[in-house]
Amino acid sequence: MGVGIEVTELDAWYGTHQTLFKINLNVPANQATALIGPSGCGKSTFVRCLNRMHETAAAGRVAGTVRIGNLDIYRDAAPVEIRRRVGMVFQRPNPFPTMSIYDNVASGLKLNGFRNRRMLDEIVEKSLRHAALWDEVKDDLRKKSGASLSGGQQQRLCIARALAVDPEVLLMDEPASALDPVSTAKIEDLIFELKSQYTIVIVTHNMQQAARVAERTGFFLSGKLVEIDATHKIFTNPGDKRTEDYITGRFG
Amino acid sequence: MDSKTQQSRIPSFSESLSQTAVQAPDSATAPENRDPVVASPIREFLAGRGSSAFADRWFRGLMVACALSIFAIVGLIATELVLRSELSLKKFGVGFFFHSGWDPVAGNYGAWPFIYGTLVSSLVALVIAVPLAVGLAIFLTEMCPRWLRSPLAFLTELLAAIPSVVYGLWAVFVLVPLLREHVNPVLAKALGWTTLFSGPNYGIGMLAAGVILAIMILPIISSLTREVMSAVPHMQREAVLALGATRWEMIRMGVLRNARIGIVGSIILGLGRALGETMAVTMVIGNRPEIAKSLFAPGYSMASVIANEFSEASDDLYLSALIEIGLALFLVTIVVNALARVLVWAVTRGAPARAV
Repeated sequence: MGVGIEVTELDAWYGTHQTLFKINLNVPANQATALIGPSGCGKSTFVRCLNRMHETAAAGRVAGTVRIGNLDIYRDAAPVEIRRRVGMVFQRPNPFPTMSIYDNVASGLKLNGFRNRRMLDEIVEKSLRHAALWDEVKDDLRKKSGASLSGGQQQRLCIARALAVDPEVLLMDEPASALDPVSTAKIEDLIFELKSQYTIVIVTHNMQQAARVAERTGFFLSGKLVEIDATHKIFTNPGDKRTEDYITGRFG
Repeated sequence: MDSKTQQSRIPSFSESLSQTAVQAPDSATAPENRDPVVASPIREFLAGRGSSAFADRWFRGLMVACALSIFAIVGLIATELVLRSELSLKKFGVGFFFHSGWDPVAGNYGAWPFIYGTLVSSLVALVIAVPLAVGLAIFLTEMCPRWLRSPLAFLTELLAAIPSVVYGLWAVFVLVPLLREHVNPVLAKALGWTTLFSGPNYGIGMLAAGVILAIMILPIISSLTREVMSAVPHMQREAVLALGATRWEMIRMGVLRNARIGIVGSIILGLGRALGETMAVTMVIGNRPEIAKSLFAPGYSMASVIANEFSEASDDLYLSALIEIGLALFLVTIVVNALARVLVWAVTRGAPARAV
């Protein structure tokens, strides 16, 4: 089961440059929430604040409160603990090129000292099945490297890698933007499947994608959350003029 | 023939297609540009450039010549070494390389103590330099505050620019007394039972040579390792961090693992320098052609014996034996490099080493 996320008064900076301004937003558990907005509007920075990745960037700084479930992630826990519980999939597929497919999926668990081989085998298979990649790679799990797969397969491998540590929340930063339409459709189906078990936050440039996979959609502009509402409401009857302009393609 | 093809003007697309209905949309909207060859000086200029095939062929030939010159150089060195050492090759055969004994008066020569000295001093150097160099590279790429980065990198590279005779002098006056008074007694007490650190402590010896070599190869290994590590894509680091890795785990899994081929390559280059280093080693290794188990004992290296005794080689056999030592050094370098390559191949057979 996933858990909900509650963001209050979140600010973020790169050095002296502020990229997020007083974001207040709730992400309900076991739903997909899409974040849309023009490039540079802060939506990627926002998801990176949800697993404390933002502070790994040079001079990245955050203020405000993020609660995942009952945990205040900036006060009650170390970044490492948060990232074990919040999975992340990046814009460009980034499997580990020197590891086999199996080791890629098992990497998160092995990293944390999980050594039970029988359970690892099970988890790797389950994660790959979950990521709809099992049938394509089951015959050369240990033979092929993660980098030998196609772009779409690599991205599903990265999803499997994130799922293997059984996170409560899955963050996806434009997971399909580097993929062709067929692979994109597969990833979207996957998001649809996964949200029964995980809370998903997905950043996307593709508004149809947001409409297809997400229950709720938020619109970011210049580091501010303009509005967030049920997806069909955002796309048919947005509350803000700027949202309407964006989704009808009048700017951005 | 080349110049002909170069100068004959190829017809432009609009000329060759003049009778067909194909027409670019912009030429339809701008009727005064209907004949592009006349209207555009740029098109005229580019059309006059010809196929450039002649220049391309010259360039290719030149590059092939550069590449082939490597074969020529290596071949010349090898043949010269073999020809000049003919006398001792004939007298001692292959046994020369495995025979220990160096007596110019009796005319008895064997290269084994020198091969041993070169290999052991280089090995000691690697054991000391590799962890230090990799650690330095990790610090510089992953955790160094910006203001410290360039001074530290500059100093490391400065180490590479110091002439080896200066290293030798420094070793004689600073390193050797330091080892003799402070380091060796401690090593003897703690690790004397391994017999690696036992026996009379002169300061000068195999250990001193290894330490000075380590300092000399440190900058090569560390700056190349740093290059390779900073070439690992940032995404790899983020991927590991997002799985809940600590900083060390991120460096191990996201950086070192991806950079390992390059790191091995830099170690091989460092080893190459250690094997051939002459001056500094000669000044501190002790110059005695003996094989001792203890690293405190003096030894001799191939490069040192050539440098020390070449001017004294009074008869032809002596000279020939020295040149054969040069041949041995040449072969050892080749064998060590080949072994290193096999090692790389064995480690990476399973998965491609390329960082994405």
